Amino acid sequence: MAELWTSYIWPVVWIVIQILMFLVPILIGVAYLTYAERKIISAMQMRIGPNVIGWFGLLQPFADALKLLTKETVLPTGASPVVFFLAPMITFSLAMLAWAVIPVNPGWVISDLNVGVLYLFAISSLGVYGVVMAGWASNSRYAFLGAMRSAAQMVSYEVSIGFIMITVLMTADTLNLSALVEAQAEPLFGFLPGWYFIPHLPMFVVFFISVLAETNRHPFDLPEAESELVAGFMTEYSSMSFALFFLGEYANMIMMSGMVSILFLGGWLPPYDVAPWNLIPGVVWFAAKIAFCLFIFIWVRATFPRYRYDQLMRLGWKVFLPLSLIWLALTAGFLVYFDKVPA
Amino acid sequence: MIAATLAFYLFAALAIVGALNVIFQRNPVHSVLWLIFTFFNAAGLFVLLGAEFVAMILVIVYVGAVAVLFLFVVMMLDINITMVREGFFKYMPVGLLVGGILLAELIIVFAGWVMSDSAEAMRAAPAPDPSAISNTEALGLILYTDYVYLFQASGIILLVAMIGSIVLTHRTRTGVRKQVISEQNARRPSDTLEVVKVESGKGLQ
Repeated sequence: MAELWTSYIWPVVWIVIQILMFLVPILIGVAYLTYAERKIISAMQMRIGPNVIGWFGLLQPFADALKLLTKETVLPTGASPVVFFLAPMITFSLAMLAWAVIPVNPGWVISDLNVGVLYLFAISSLGVYGVVMAGWASNSRYAFLGAMRSAAQMVSYEVSIGFIMITVLMTADTLNLSALVEAQAEPLFGFLPGWYFIPHLPMFVVFFISVLAETNRHPFDLPEAESELVAGFMTEYSSMSFALFFLGEYANMIMMSGMVSILFLGGWLPPYDVAPWNLIPGVVWFAAKIAFCLFIFIWVRATFPRYRYDQLMRLGWKVFLPLSLIWLALTAGFLVYFDKVPA
Repeated sequence: MIAATLAFYLFAALAIVGALNVIFQRNPVHSVLWLIFTFFNAAGLFVLLGAEFVAMILVIVYVGAVAVLFLFVVMMLDINITMVREGFFKYMPVGLLVGGILLAELIIVFAGWVMSDSAEAMRAAPAPDPSAISNTEALGLILYTDYVYLFQASGIILLVAMIGSIVLTHRTRTGVRKQVISEQNARRPSDTLEVVKVESGKGLQ
């Protein structure tokens, strides 16, 4: 009996506990990200924003969630029911799945995969399915057009994201995310932080813009451009299924910010390994970096007008793809020339 | 170990269920979705074999890219099921013939299956020690060092195929208004603007 407990039941229970320790903060983070977005945008537009429910409107996200839960779930005529309800679940669970490999502190990771970078890339490339399935299953023209746009957009920007990831992991010489963060510990030239956004600055910018396109955020939110497509692929969704899409989109933003932090901003590492900086725990550094990226997401939303669709495609294929390819070749050449390639 | 065995049977059974559903679904879009489900189970089987790199590549390439385009095309096609079914009995003999040949080939292959004498020894002691090298690195060494020319050749074949399909489907349409950004950027104020001093009471001529 004791053997059954130690070798079968306890490991499963322990994994469930670990998963909850990741998911609960993320879900709270998602709730307050929606609040932060409304507050920050209102501050930028000189409004007050939500301030009625709770102190400073802090309970607003929960009020919104309750409101959505009590609404009626509508299934459009001619819709394909299974696919229709599967789509929001896929979107939401994919955003959660990625956290299985993201390390938030040395050793604080559910699964320290050897191919963590590839896993992240695979999960983020699956995000398009939720959108396409929703658009098709809704049996509505607006939803279908939104889904088509989104599919083309996400597939296009994935290519440059992939090349940039290859560049970064060539520099770090690992596919393991924890090792990738550790590789950024060594200071650059002895005084700059070793985070990869400094040597790879152009790629950091390209990567961030591609992430905006990949998560369908402003200024690339064409799949849900209100003025043309109502709410794009979400047009026919209501109640809980809409809430899942909504949560999935914001959870995706947090996940992508985590990815940016690990690849370019040194994950849990402090900028300098000296007294005031390294006293702050790694988790706090990681959370602060994610929060910084999320702030840029919202800042961009409040600042930029929406792209036109053909310009978006042009940017992806004719600007970002060649740029990231050139940078890949440059990085490889640099590593070989300065003999930094490990045997 | 029992967990791994159970996982194997789970993935294998689900892969077969998925594959059967690909051919038995009436709706082509549902077929593609079941195909994606089958890919996932195949990736799970690769993970159980310890080939996590191949599993991830399977998900990225087949599920993340190829199947998306598949789905894209199938959704856009307006397939009429009754029209597809129309000539069912007329074409059945040909279909049965092709299927029969494939089945016979499979039977011949499996009946003539022999294990090489050295295979067992090679399996017992793989050439690079699996504990010393990750399978990503081992694959990289084989692809880019031992078989680099074949690898490049397959790349060129794919490139030629891609260029060929673009050439075949490309058509130049007239009357399309297209934005040329370099032209827009190259415009100077002197090309398009003229500053005129207008005397009062006369206006522009």
